[in-house]
Amino acid sequence: MTNSAQYNIKAIRNDFPILGREIFGKPLVYLDNAASTQHPTPVINAVKDLYEQNYSNVHRGVHTLSQESSNLYDDARVKVRGFIHAACVHEVIFTSGATESINLVAQSYARPILKEGDEILITHMEHHSNIVPWQIVCEQTGATLKVVPISDRGELEMDQFHAMLSEKTKLVSVVHVSNALGTVNPVKEIIDAAHAIDVPVLVDGAQAIPHIPVDVQALDADFYVFSGHKIYGPTGIGVLYGKEKLLNAMPPYQGGGDMILSVSFEGTTYNQLPYKFEAGTPNIAGVVGLGAAIDYVNKIGLATIAAHENGLLAYATSKLRSIDGLRIIGEADQKAGLISFVLDAVHPHDIGTIIDGEGVAVRAGHHCAQPVMERYKVPATARASFAMYNTYQEIDVLAEAIKKTIDMFK
Amino acid sequence: MENLRELYQEVILDHNKNPRNFRKIENPDGFAHGTNPLCGDQIDVYLMIKDGIIEDVSFEGAGCAICTSSASMMTLALKGKTEADAEALFNSFHHALTEEGEYPEDVPLGKLKVLTGVKDYPVRVKCATLAWHTFDAALKRLQGEVTTE
Ligand SMILES: Cc1ncc(COP(=O)(O)O)c(C=O)c1O
Repeated sequence: MTNSAQYNIKAIRNDFPILGREIFGKPLVYLDNAASTQHPTPVINAVKDLYEQNYSNVHRGVHTLSQESSNLYDDARVKVRGFIHAACVHEVIFTSGATESINLVAQSYARPILKEGDEILITHMEHHSNIVPWQIVCEQTGATLKVVPISDRGELEMDQFHAMLSEKTKLVSVVHVSNALGTVNPVKEIIDAAHAIDVPVLVDGAQAIPHIPVDVQALDADFYVFSGHKIYGPTGIGVLYGKEKLLNAMPPYQGGGDMILSVSFEGTTYNQLPYKFEAGTPNIAGVVGLGAAIDYVNKIGLATIAAHENGLLAYATSKLRSIDGLRIIGEADQKAGLISFVLDAVHPHDIGTIIDGEGVAVRAGHHCAQPVMERYKVPATARASFAMYNTYQEIDVLAEAIKKTIDMFK
Repeated sequence: MENLRELYQEVILDHNKNPRNFRKIENPDGFAHGTNPLCGDQIDVYLMIKDGIIEDVSFEGAGCAICTSSASMMTLALKGKTEADAEALFNSFHHALTEEGEYPEDVPLGKLKVLTGVKDYPVRVKCATLAWHTFDAALKRLQGEVTTE
């Protein structure tokens, strides 16, 4: 199998300096992209240039550097708006990551409206960060957390979803692409059903954002969250998209500088969106890096990237399926970006260590999705996850490394 | 892959495939459940003690090869030892892998030595020590009960 002629994989790989690394004398095969992606030179340079040329605090000074930093910071928000097709720039809130975005919605949207007897609806395939914030808010308010089951193949039981959705439901929070199974969920169908009875929906897009073009208006998502570090950007920066109407009605999440218009001891007037939710000096370099990452993805085109990754996924799936004693966990019709698997004879932890010896980086563990592991009665899985820079040859290296691992344990 | 042979030695692979004393003990004198939340390893350790001597020790659970083989070898090493000698061996083993804690002189590791290759894989050290920590918890719990009697 060869890489498509139009897709200039060589040029892309050259943009990612770390891909030149060797691990134990073997070329690095980086297949842990669902945990965090690597960074192209334009992202690294954007952060470097900021610090070398323009850096100061934002929105606070009249001097030149503060103005330049503020412009770079504000530009990045415009880029995010375009990337997810939000209606307005101020619907894009910068957070520290998907985790903080979800906690913000749990505390500022859900907590004030939840009463005993109300329900939050999530699914069995959520990441811990889309479970625990809801458990906390349920504990605070007496509301109940309901969980939509999943099938053996790793798909949502949509009948159950429709049956569980009721006038008691105050919010649905669902993962767009599962980080443990790779399943792409029918979020449009979920949102339409919820809206039919006026229930808002949060979509956890942490794994979807690097693989699937997202249009929050076409989806009609009420909240959409993701992290910069899974889309070639820095860590410590993430996004909460929220519909203006909802965000305006929500109380602030944290108090501090930047989120106020005026403060006196008699009372404080909160700033408007998005600043109301961005208390304190923000992660300026993170924001600028995320903006550069979005530029980079746009330059290649997310649809083009997705086509390449889907090819890798299909190739890897058939390649791994042909290995005796290997079982793929998660065989949904619609998948994106990753394969979770287990071996009959070798624990995922051992797989991870042994194929690292071949230069292959995969994740071994429960992937912060312990309920998923329980559902499929495995203690953990090994997970190979793909990015724009992975090649078919790398899948071959992965398959060979797995076979060697099996031989070692014979 | 050659460097990994140091870690995954034949003895280790053999204990993983055919773990010794992999069974439950009914009405044990001591018991503890250990987990490594990071990787999902789970282990139960059972103890029978008579006159301060470990008469029988066994384990059950699911873990990686390092975890399973370490547990298996532990049961062989502990049988027949006094509680004090068992603790000393635990300390010695722990020290050999982590270089933490006090190092009891004159406590040779014997067959457990093959596991010390794990030292070079810091994230895997917990796999090798899980069974021992679980054993330690079972013993401490037992001793705790003894003193309250
Ligand atoms: C589906 C999903 N949701 C949420 C998160 C949390 O992202 P972060 O740790 O960047 O906040 C992750 C990260 O692994 C994820 O995969």
